[in-house]
Amino acid sequence: MSSMPMVEMVSITKRFPGVIANDSVSIKVNTGEIHALLGENGAGKSTLMSILTGLYRPDEGEIYLRGLKTELSSPKDAANKGIGMVHQHFKLVKSFTVAENIMLGLKGEGMIIDRTSIEKRIREFCQQYGMAVDPAAKIWQLTVGEQQRVEIIKALFRGAEILILDEPTAVLTPQEAKDLYKTLRIMTRQGKAVIVISHKLSEVLEGTDTVTVLRGGKSVGTVKTELADEQELSRMMVGRHIAVSRDKCLIEKGKQILKLQGISCLNNRGQLAVQGISLDIHAGEILGIAGVAGNGQSELAEVIAGLRSVEEGTKYIDGVNHTQSTIRALVDAGVSYIPEDRMGTGLVPSLNAVDNYVLKSYKKHGWLMDWSRVKTQTQEVVERFSIKLASIASPVKMMSGGNLQKLLLAREIMADPRLIVAVYPMRGLDVGAMEAVRKLLLAQRDAGKAVLLISEELEELFALSDRIAVLHRGEIMGIVDSCTATAEEVGMMMAGKRMLEKDAM
Amino acid sequence: MLCNISSLRFEKREDVSTTMILLVPILSVFCGLLFAGLFIALTGKNPVDVYMLMFEGAFGSQYGISETIVKAIPLILCSLAVALAFRMQLWNIGAEGQLYMGAFGATWAALSFPEWPASQLLPFMVIMGALMGGLWGLLPAIPRAYFKVNETITTLLMNYIAILWVDYFVYGPWKDPKGLGFPITAPFSSGAILPSFGITRIHWGIIFAIVAVVILYIIQNYTKWGFEIRVSGESAAAAKYAGMNYTRNILLVMFISGSLAGIAGMTEVSGITQRLQHGISPGYGYSAIIIAWLARLHPVVIVFVSVIFGGLLVGGFSIQTSGFPAATVAMLQGAILFFVVGGEIFTQYRIRLDRKGRSL
Amino acid sequence: MDQSIWVAILAAGVIAGTPILLAALGEIITEQSGVLNLGVEGMMLVGAVTGFMVAMNTSSPWIGLLAAIVAGGLMALIHAFLTITLRANQVVSGLALTIFGTGLSGYIGKDLIGQPLVSTFKPAALPFLSEVPIIGPILFNHDLLVYISYLLAAGLWFFLFHTKKGLELRAVGENPSAADVAGINVFMTRYVFVVLGGMLAGMAGAYLSLAYAPSWLENMTAGRGWIAVALVIFATWHPVKAFLGSFLFGTIDVLGFHIQNFGIMIPSFFLKMLPYIITIIVLIVVTRETKTRRVATPEALGIPYNREER
Repeated sequence: MSSMPMVEMVSITKRFPGVIANDSVSIKVNTGEIHALLGENGAGKSTLMSILTGLYRPDEGEIYLRGLKTELSSPKDAANKGIGMVHQHFKLVKSFTVAENIMLGLKGEGMIIDRTSIEKRIREFCQQYGMAVDPAAKIWQLTVGEQQRVEIIKALFRGAEILILDEPTAVLTPQEAKDLYKTLRIMTRQGKAVIVISHKLSEVLEGTDTVTVLRGGKSVGTVKTELADEQELSRMMVGRHIAVSRDKCLIEKGKQILKLQGISCLNNRGQLAVQGISLDIHAGEILGIAGVAGNGQSELAEVIAGLRSVEEGTKYIDGVNHTQSTIRALVDAGVSYIPEDRMGTGLVPSLNAVDNYVLKSYKKHGWLMDWSRVKTQTQEVVERFSIKLASIASPVKMMSGGNLQKLLLAREIMADPRLIVAVYPMRGLDVGAMEAVRKLLLAQRDAGKAVLLISEELEELFALSDRIAVLHRGEIMGIVDSCTATAEEVGMMMAGKRMLEKDAM
Repeated sequence: MLCNISSLRFEKREDVSTTMILLVPILSVFCGLLFAGLFIALTGKNPVDVYMLMFEGAFGSQYGISETIVKAIPLILCSLAVALAFRMQLWNIGAEGQLYMGAFGATWAALSFPEWPASQLLPFMVIMGALMGGLWGLLPAIPRAYFKVNETITTLLMNYIAILWVDYFVYGPWKDPKGLGFPITAPFSSGAILPSFGITRIHWGIIFAIVAVVILYIIQNYTKWGFEIRVSGESAAAAKYAGMNYTRNILLVMFISGSLAGIAGMTEVSGITQRLQHGISPGYGYSAIIIAWLARLHPVVIVFVSVIFGGLLVGGFSIQTSGFPAATVAMLQGAILFFVVGGEIFTQYRIRLDRKGRSL
Repeated sequence: MDQSIWVAILAAGVIAGTPILLAALGEIITEQSGVLNLGVEGMMLVGAVTGFMVAMNTSSPWIGLLAAIVAGGLMALIHAFLTITLRANQVVSGLALTIFGTGLSGYIGKDLIGQPLVSTFKPAALPFLSEVPIIGPILFNHDLLVYISYLLAAGLWFFLFHTKKGLELRAVGENPSAADVAGINVFMTRYVFVVLGGMLAGMAGAYLSLAYAPSWLENMTAGRGWIAVALVIFATWHPVKAFLGSFLFGTIDVLGFHIQNFGIMIPSFFLKMLPYIITIIVLIVVTRETKTRRVATPEALGIPYNREER
């Protein structure tokens, strides 16, 4: 094997209006290596990889492929030069088959589709890498893990030598993640190079050979994974030590607020999404819900908030049966819901902050709306929660993700709820906003509210929750005390292993 | 041409541009006239002369102005109807049919109780007009609310049905035996006729229109229900999340929308034709779509735009004497709408030409 | 009732269904690219009047047809520019196209109303095929445009589901960002198929004024463009099903004229309502059905593509 690196990006700088996304970043990826690009949200990982895939052009800096200086003018150009990308949100046409997706835009095929021949070729091709996938299956029939495999095959089939994966394990179970890295290992053994974009320390430490850490658009350094440890990487990534440890472990249980008994519900396609779930949340506690996305978490939250009807079971709030209550009745009963879809469900993008602030409390007004009062309230809240916006009269779609989430939380908190159901509240936020949201949720717990927190980040769950319930295929695998439980235990349950009875509390 | 288009770049504005909000509709009307002028020029006529003639006809005399206002009355009512539905993202293209059904309902009242005094008969005609128009709006709203059946197509197709329905009556059971075979009903009794102002044809319908503008303005801006419509129109998911009854609001909005167009039908038969006849509307329901869009669904602005479009109709009639077809007006309206929808983007984006000639 | 009446009705149904089929095929490829064009009625009218005018002046229905196709394509180009490049609201832009087309055709065609047309498309029985009992007279004893519409339906079916370009087209309508990543030019694809769709609508209009009527009348499409839009949903974006649907709608259309022959006395106004009422009912039934099944509604239909807003 030659010593020439497969890819070398030298002093890459990319500016966007108002920000420097990449500030003289360099990275070198060798053949046969799994290289991690580690960093928080907004550290510049995606921009750097968008440059490598030809989506953006760098303002300064050079790119070398196998030692040759290269210009990447478009995604197509990059693909032709052997750079393949697996996006976090898969670029697959759901109603097409696997084979159709793979041949989409492929050069050198005839005009008329020969399904049998292409399916045969794909099947043979997959065997090379030890990947099993049915080329005739429709994408929507596949699991998320299988869809990811299709994306990888798609890239390889186009002759990718360098494969970039963006947060590949975010949607996978721990077992699926292990399988993925096995596949990546086979690829590197065959002379490919792999770049994994990630912000998960454990994954990087276990699966990769080299790590380059980015922070605030700058490269902090590159280290051999075997020589790195968690503390060091975390310090490089965040720049300071953040306490993810718990602040208190013994909580005195308050009054029971929410009680679910044998709750089942359907998903949008009419299949059972949640089955026989029983749990309770008390005042002054945060119950975390762990699980790989798509295992019934969103549906569970919607059932509690009344957006989805209960098929079976009963739901009590403060001891009152609310199984059949309308959304409005639940809001009045003190249920606050922070939806996964901030823009569009939780907030109305084209309306202004005032309209959005009054979205759930407008019913309290008389026949006519008292707009001047709402305006004053909104202004107060904006100041109190230090929400940054151009004006309370401009559409909220102009605001940043973190400020949107703060506005949403502020509205919900100001309604003085009994129970807060927060679904992926930190998703897509930068470090600062994450910490603000974290603090707000903890303050609500301390103020005696019951909080249900749904998250896919184990670290986050351990840091915030008092107890953690694990969902797998719509069922609870177990509920553990987050002070005594280990990440391994929870990980096993996420993969579908039921907790032993004796541990249950 | 295509490569030029792809090298245009749109940069999102920090905020919606207020200058553009004012400028775009005005420029749209201007560009629309220019664009349609091309086709007029193609037939060997001078578009400037034609437009001058139209303007003269609509605003050049007292009679012209009064006729312009006469036309503006149904336009205001229909535009309010359409705007209310559009605000909730319900594409009610059926104002034309709802107007016909309103005219039908009012006529039924007028023909059934000719002996009633105006103080009873006129309100009853308004109620029947609103009810029939409202039902005609409600009918397509039901499949829309419960099964998400595309209301654009259903409301539009129901226009044809409503027109045929009215035709059946004016050519059949209600045909005036003294009407020399024309498709018209017998003239209304005096109690069924909306009084008009002075010697003009401007009738009390204008009061209905103004009252409707005020009520809708208040509803949209100051009531809880108006807030619900605004939220529902922008995001159905958010409306549901906030505990609003989305389905009920669809039905209600479409019923009220249809009622407004129905009242327009009532004022036309009661105030203008004073009987029901074939072809009662020169496409008020379709013009209303353009007016509502041009006025950005704002009730007060609708009044002004309706007067302009009323003038366009009157101007259109006056050039017919010089041999231009009635369709000239529809062509102008369509051309204006092109520029209005196309201009929308300039309120939200800044346009840049990509110097590198390659778009991303 | 004897068989020959039914054969005559069904044969007339095929002819009446042809303009609807052509327009629906155009709308299918338009919508498969992810663009909704509600301007079918307007494009058909402009096609009809242009075709008629050119055919009258050149004495050739073929040149008239060609002119109608170009005119339909140009109309669609306006819609393409507004919705693809300027990302305008597709519903309103389509409505504008219909209003403009209605006006423009009325304006151009003012002096053409009631004019006779010498050179029209005349029926030409297909050898052998037209002699097959029942099927022959129903399907194969018409003018050439009817046969072309058969070929187009079959050809588009093959194109959409069995060729690479067809696959790319559907990918653009289903998931434009996936198509973009695969190196397909989303904007160009949409432009091409919106314009091709308009050409087919123009052809549909020409069929009315050059073969079906054959004459020019203001608003002669009488809502056929809208029925075609509904037919696309009925056919679940499938050209062959669109053929069957247009046959059904065409037959309902002509049934009105024939129903009196059967001694049923219904006022003609109600018979004329029939196609609209049936279209609405069918639309409701099909939409209810498609909600429970997974059908090929192009997922990105009606959504402008903007690369920056991924």
